[in-house]
Amino acid sequence: MTWDWQVFLQDDGSGRTYLEWMLEAWRWTLAVAGTSWLVAMVVGALVGTLRTLPDRPALVRLANAWVELFRNIPLLVQIFLWYFVVPKIIPAFQQVPGFVLVVFGLGFFTSARIAEQFRAGIQALPRGQRYAALAMGFTTWQSYRYVILPMAFRIILPPLTSESMNLLKNSSVAFAVSIAELTMFAMQAQEETSRGIEIYLAVTALYALSAFAVNRVFAFIEKKMRIPGFIVAGTGGGH
Amino acid sequence: MLGLDFSFINLDVLQKFVWGGLAFSVQLTIVSTLGGIFFGTLLALMRLSGKAALMAPATFYVNGMRSVPLVMVILWFYLLIPFLIGKPIGAEVSAIITFVAFEAAYFSEIMRAGIQSIPRGQVFAGQALGMTYAQNMRLIILPQAFRNMLPVLLTQTIILFQDTSLVYAIGAYDLLKGFTNAGKIYGRPEEAYLTAAVVYFVICFALSWGVKRLQAKIAIVR
Repeated sequence: MTWDWQVFLQDDGSGRTYLEWMLEAWRWTLAVAGTSWLVAMVVGALVGTLRTLPDRPALVRLANAWVELFRNIPLLVQIFLWYFVVPKIIPAFQQVPGFVLVVFGLGFFTSARIAEQFRAGIQALPRGQRYAALAMGFTTWQSYRYVILPMAFRIILPPLTSESMNLLKNSSVAFAVSIAELTMFAMQAQEETSRGIEIYLAVTALYALSAFAVNRVFAFIEKKMRIPGFIVAGTGGGH
Repeated sequence: MLGLDFSFINLDVLQKFVWGGLAFSVQLTIVSTLGGIFFGTLLALMRLSGKAALMAPATFYVNGMRSVPLVMVILWFYLLIPFLIGKPIGAEVSAIITFVAFEAAYFSEIMRAGIQSIPRGQVFAGQALGMTYAQNMRLIILPQAFRNMLPVLLTQTIILFQDTSLVYAIGAYDLLKGFTNAGKIYGRPEEAYLTAAVVYFVICFALSWGVKRLQAKIAIVR
């Protein structure tokens, strides 16, 4: 076979080239992933923290139920639920654009995973940290705000990195409800041009590039937030 | 309730639309778990072999697969396989090949961690007994690695089962597609999606509960 990269300079029938279309699709991918990431981080941190609260069994159960619910249904099904079912049973959602519905789906799905990381991170802290905070006269809120969460957040940065990269990859599922993101572009452009290999290669490269960028950003955050002499990544275990 | 009507879902509809889809989803999950673990173990052994000629391609393959969305991998294989073998291929067969190839990368990371969790003394002990590399791996290292990683492998299988719904991208007939079709024909797509969600939830919740039990049991053995 021969390569035909000039396919990207062809007009797609609406006055823009396939290259322009692809870059626009990339922006959609980043927009979906970025917005969902904010939702997932805020909800995930909250739910994950609630799961560790002492003496609040009702809140703990509620947060546990949240995680089980959003973790045990496939992402694609959840996106269908938000896109088709929620507007039907809650009429107020009929005015909400599809982009926002997909962000709910992807964001809440990922929030369950992030909540799991936060819970694990908080529970990995030595018990003494919590007691020390209480001994200082901190309220529960203060001990979480000033002692537990800053420590736990640093511990879970590596798994948060991979969850964030997963989120970026999972944003590809938005194609199923016709969000004009990269995977949607790949499918449509492949059909229109029959140059599937070139199109897929470019899209795959953009996904890999984006995931790599996320990885670097987190590595930077990890380096900046490191506390000297405290938790240093990569120095675990003896033999 | 909420303007929803589930009355169209009966045994007949389930048998006609859903049963075949569920069977394919389960088949896809089992085949790609077994295939993924087999090829994943080979990849892990390549990466741990210490020989550059084996390590480099395995590392490239695993990292490559893991940096691309599964949907794109599904599309890739569906495009490339007919191109390579010169004739069209069914969406279901393509899905099985794709999932084995894709999951091998993820399972290989689990098996690699499992093999690395075995103390080096075990390797030396095998060698001291005069075992070859293959014997050592097959009789000493891999059974222990596999056992240590069993909960993680099963958790990955649950994720894999959820991911099988993504064959939607190439139109293969799986559990979700069964419900989607039933919903379309009876004009009740919302109810069909909700029921699909419940079915997936029940299966995955039960499986992860089982894994949790298993984990507790294994923890006592150690």
